[in-house]
Amino acid sequence: MAVHKEENFSYRLWRYDGAPGELIPLLQSAQDHFGYIPRKAISYISGVTGIPESDIYGVITFYSQFRLRPMGKYVIKACAGTACHVSDSKTIIETIEDELGIEVGGTTEDGLFTLNTVACIGCCSLAPVIMINDDTHGRLTPASLRKLLRSYKRREKSSQGDKSAA
Amino acid sequence: MKKVIVGMGTCGLSAGARQTYERFSELLSENPGVFELAHTSCIGMCYREPLVEIREGEDRILYGEVTPELADEIYQSHIARGKILEDHVALHLGKGGAAKGSESEFYSLQNKIVLRNCGTIDPESIDEYEEKGGYRAIRKVLEEMEPAEIIGVIKESGLRGRGGAGFPTGLKWSFAAGYDSEIKYVVCNADEGDPGAFMDRSVLEGDPHSVLEGMVICARAIGASSGYIYCRAEYPLAIHRLTIAIGDAREKGYLGENILGSGFSFDIEIKQGAGAFVCGEETALFASIEGQRGMPRIRPPFPAEKGLWGKPTNNNNVETYANVPWIITNGADAYSAFGTEKSRGTKVFALAGKVVHGGLAEVPMGTSIHDLVFKIGGGIKEGREFKAVQMGGPSGGCIPAHLDHTPVDFESIPATGAIMGSGGMVVLDDKTCMVEIARFFLEFTQEESCGKCTFCRIGTLRMLEILTKITKGEGEPEDIEKLLVLGEQIKESSLCGLGQTAPNPVLSTIRYYRDEYEAHINDKKCPAGSCSALVDFLIDPEKCTGCTICAKNCPVDAITGKAKEVHVIDGSICVKCGKCITSCNFDAVYKK
Ligand SMILES: Cc1cc2nc3c(=O)[nH]c(=O)nc-3n(C[C@H](O)[C@H](O)[C@H](O)COP(=O)(O)O)c2cc1C
Ligand code: FES
Repeated sequence: MAVHKEENFSYRLWRYDGAPGELIPLLQSAQDHFGYIPRKAISYISGVTGIPESDIYGVITFYSQFRLRPMGKYVIKACAGTACHVSDSKTIIETIEDELGIEVGGTTEDGLFTLNTVACIGCCSLAPVIMINDDTHGRLTPASLRKLLRSYKRREKSSQGDKSAA
Repeated sequence: MKKVIVGMGTCGLSAGARQTYERFSELLSENPGVFELAHTSCIGMCYREPLVEIREGEDRILYGEVTPELADEIYQSHIARGKILEDHVALHLGKGGAAKGSESEFYSLQNKIVLRNCGTIDPESIDEYEEKGGYRAIRKVLEEMEPAEIIGVIKESGLRGRGGAGFPTGLKWSFAAGYDSEIKYVVCNADEGDPGAFMDRSVLEGDPHSVLEGMVICARAIGASSGYIYCRAEYPLAIHRLTIAIGDAREKGYLGENILGSGFSFDIEIKQGAGAFVCGEETALFASIEGQRGMPRIRPPFPAEKGLWGKPTNNNNVETYANVPWIITNGADAYSAFGTEKSRGTKVFALAGKVVHGGLAEVPMGTSIHDLVFKIGGGIKEGREFKAVQMGGPSGGCIPAHLDHTPVDFESIPATGAIMGSGGMVVLDDKTCMVEIARFFLEFTQEESCGKCTFCRIGTLRMLEILTKITKGEGEPEDIEKLLVLGEQIKESSLCGLGQTAPNPVLSTIRYYRDEYEAHINDKKCPAGSCSALVDFLIDPEKCTGCTICAKNCPVDAITGKAKEVHVIDGSICVKCGKCITSCNFDAVYKK
């Protein structure tokens, strides 16, 4: 959910007045815009702010929110928080890895799914929980999870079928 | 007229509240003017979401698990004909305040100060906050009180910081007030990093104005002119509602230049975190606001002298600020009447894990763990045995069931080896392995260590390696001693609270569950039946359909069985990789 629509990446760069503390918001809006932080964006930010690229890179790699590679159409955030962990989220994560053929942090070859873990989504009473983009799915078992993932895959297949038929 | 209020906090939304809201909205357009439709945030009963309240005057009836179909029934029966659907009522709050309904015990044992408006008002409406007495405290401090008096009241109330350490809030404010500076800052720590805690999220989503009001009062007391709320980016709804609240408060003159014509000016900006647990530590948080890597700094100088941008700064937790307006309005005595001698007031706990009633509960300090788990929490899921509660997340520890008479307050909890922390309480049952839970937390802190201190960076890694070895059945007898020594060294030699507390989950589980560690190491057994390498994998004949998928996925051909017949795992071949569990479409494979 983008909070300030008017505060997009180019607007923020244009508005930059040398005030300190702007680097992280700039990176966040770059990621909002591109879905990740492309090499080019780092050069732009460095050019405008005068902060060395190496320092910017250091900040990006410190925070887990920032990605240097593009993400899939569906970003799966599997909760690995305490409540989910005691409800065997490990098995849930392994099931996703197995069903999609990727590891945590990876993206499927067709660019559809990216799998990440997060520490607590805040729906601990529905553990184990995953989010697929903005939708939360709780009380999962390996079987129900496979069904869920397959329904996403089917939806994609049929919409692609529609496109090629048209 | 009846008012239909749908709970739309993050927990409600993930349980399907949006669909429920939409169904009511359709019903309203088919029957215009028959009822009013509104939304609120979380009332704490996350386990019964989506919750819908039907309010008429002082009569409040809350229905649990309201699907769109149940919404239809509620409309036809309750709204159209005045007939309550008793079977679905979670809570009935009548005139005079007595609570009825299936969840009345969950509700009646609580005292709501911080959560006073959560789940009751529309968090996006400043008018509703004002109707509940909101922003009266600002008026009072600006018109009737000197800054020193404000600090005096907060000191007298006995309020202690809710972010974990429990430092007396009034005293902290007096430090920042004592430094002379043109520029001072008020910071609100909304980073809520403990995985398994969600109180701050709920307050920000449910009653954002109470936090803003608390910050303005603090700013007045210490003489600050600008403020920041550092909120984790994983809380989009909280950020959204805070943004609205700040805009509305500015418009009404509670924030910005010359607040309420008093000549006092103060404004607040939101900073989004970027996913680093250590940024909850205040000096790292300042570094992050300044746009740098979130590395903690050496104290002293303390933030009250040199904090954000090197200026005097006061930082408090969300819940701490949310208490402040209530204290100013109701007086220090009313607040200190709750709680114990050294821990005054109430505390919000996030109940999660193997407890029946997962959700939020605000109770007076000094309430026993037993009351929280069994009376409010409704006991353990599936009727299993209560083993322990984990408090304080990665910095905390486990309190075993036999100590469940322990009162929750800033003195008694640390005496058990755990910490109060921010209020996350994860309930564990007899199927939870204590070595594994210690390993889990260490993996977390290991990953989140910023890397500045050697002991924290490398010591935690060594501890994690040892714990992983033990859970795999490769532990050696001297490992427990090694963990104890490393743990003490890391505690002593780390700069910030992350390292100083990282060994706690391990030390506290060794203290109470040494026999479980020994069973893993000496007998190569996991008594809780949880560590994959030390248990047997079995197939439930009731659930197995003979689909053969597990046999096809087994890398060592340990599974046999004909198509459409029950399959069997040969324990002598099985390498316990877990492929059969994740591949079964019928949840028929289990560990024992
Ligand atoms: C590793 C670490 C993480 C922390 N995370 C948080 C947090 O998420 N929220 C919080 O309010 N305080 C957190 N704290 C405590 C803060 O440093 C600080 O003490 C607190 O915000 C002060 O507010 P209070 O006096 O109102 O409790 C953390 C401390 C450490 C060492
Ligand atoms: S631990 Fe998974 S949602 Fe909180």
